[in-house]
Amino acid sequence: MNNNKGLEIPDFSQSPIVDKVGVEERVERFQKRSIKNESKMQGLRMALSMIDLTTLEGKDTPGKVRQMCYKAQHLHDIHPNLPTVAAVCVYPSMVKIAKQEVKGSGVKVASVSTAFPSGQAPMKVKITDTKFAVDQGADEIDMVISRGRFLTGDYNFVFDEIASIKDICGNARLKVILETGELVTLDNVRRASDIAMYAGADFIKTSTGKIQPAATMQVTYTMLEAIRDYMNTTGRQVGMKPAGGISNSKLALHNLVMVNETLGSKWLTNEWFRFGASSLANDVLMQIMKAETGVYQSSDYFAID
Amino acid sequence: MERVEVLKTYKIYIGGKFPRTESGRYYTPTNAKGDALGNICLCSRKDVRNSVVAARKAQGGWAGRAAFNRGQVMYRIAEMLEGRKAQFIEELIFQGATKIKAEQEVNTAIDRLIYYAGWCDKYTQVLGSVNPVASSHFNFSVHEPTGVVGIIADESTSLIGLVSMIAPVIAGGNTCVVIASESLPLSAITFAEVLGTSDVPGGVINILTGASEEMAKPLSTHMDVNALAYSGNDEAVLKELQEYAVMNLKRVRSYTKDWMNSDSQDLYMISDYQEVKTTWHPIENIGGANSTY
Repeated sequence: MNNNKGLEIPDFSQSPIVDKVGVEERVERFQKRSIKNESKMQGLRMALSMIDLTTLEGKDTPGKVRQMCYKAQHLHDIHPNLPTVAAVCVYPSMVKIAKQEVKGSGVKVASVSTAFPSGQAPMKVKITDTKFAVDQGADEIDMVISRGRFLTGDYNFVFDEIASIKDICGNARLKVILETGELVTLDNVRRASDIAMYAGADFIKTSTGKIQPAATMQVTYTMLEAIRDYMNTTGRQVGMKPAGGISNSKLALHNLVMVNETLGSKWLTNEWFRFGASSLANDVLMQIMKAETGVYQSSDYFAID
Repeated sequence: MERVEVLKTYKIYIGGKFPRTESGRYYTPTNAKGDALGNICLCSRKDVRNSVVAARKAQGGWAGRAAFNRGQVMYRIAEMLEGRKAQFIEELIFQGATKIKAEQEVNTAIDRLIYYAGWCDKYTQVLGSVNPVASSHFNFSVHEPTGVVGIIADESTSLIGLVSMIAPVIAGGNTCVVIASESLPLSAITFAEVLGTSDVPGGVINILTGASEEMAKPLSTHMDVNALAYSGNDEAVLKELQEYAVMNLKRVRSYTKDWMNSDSQDLYMISDYQEVKTTWHPIENIGGANSTY
């Protein structure tokens, strides 16, 4: 269902210009917040509950997906009362298996689609790809935009593509991956964010995880500002998912601080904010166990994901 | 106008880099005459944590190198040390040693590195074994590095105690986090500069200065440290280390040796930080009369 019907579409070539130096300085300040003890624990648990545990490899097997789904629900059983992660993120061919495995746990299944990660396929293929994932039971669809088209200035094409994918998502929430590492400038990131949101995205997401750089704080901040402006103009809340490169707790906490100070606490739930990561979960778990036991931890004692 | 001498900042050594302590603290040890040795980093538990991360990261690569190559790298450390002998002697004298003693200490340190460099590609042959077993198996035991070793170096010497503990640990393919002598820290840091220029991969040796009392706990309780080496005869400290080590069953080794003495070096300093792996390889009865081999 497209909740943007009847909305006035702005001229995307007029999207706001981003002050790069300003963004860098602002982001630096988020990294200097002192977060201690109880708030840190609270933040770490929140970060855990926001993770989309991800496996997107050519070598993925049903066994690997099952293992990851188990991990998603049993992060570290020694420690009671830990949250589960928000979702598992897999390729369309693995959605069915993932869906069975997480049944009843509240963990959602997200599927990448539209010829992930490059998006270099005809529209027909992308629609079939998405339809398949939705039919298999995916709760969330992570689509990629056509970066090539975007860079040549064909914004209408990108807009229409997102809108048509949104139309076939049904009840599945649509995350739009901008692949910011290929968009080069923050101005482009801002413009792509605007296009995605006006075309109906429920979430905007930085990266596929296949291209470096991925979710830098500068990029995430630019997208958060776009979300804020969109909310002020249209009144519709859009979620944010930085993905790729957020591998330790400190970075995750900095991101949470940034979300809170840019968008407010309304976004501090896994309904509106996610981390796309695989190695982050264990690092957060190790930090939590360190805080509980007072002893620095070793990855030897945590399940691989 | 008279030239003002440029003083050296003594920094610590983590992951092949020379940062200051993350805590921003320092202390100023003095020699017997009361001269300040310098403003030395007073490291914190977070420096210990960062060092262990660096050591863990470097461990696989270091252990995976050809034993012969590890020997070459250690030999290179000795070469570099030889080239900077004068600086080490000067520092040792400044810290209170006589000229003769200082010279002896540096020479012994160089020789010690050469000694363990030689063992790198030989200790497995000497320590390992082919074992007689009753079934048709070729059965052999080989030594493998324990992993990351925490070293609390000798308090009473600046250079030789440190080198004597590090050398056997890295010869065996381990990486280490070293707490240098608190009162005589200068040579430890200058030695780190030697390491920085001698092909030792970053993270294989990490050297911290400061209060050993403060750093011993985070190091000895750390779940990612596999063994502890303590040089000294303080029973209370040793007991504490052993208690802390229990959590992940770290091996604790302690030494009360006179490191200047040539019999303080031996093969068993290497095997102290090795795990024995025994392999059962199914085969025909090679010792039997009807063997086709």
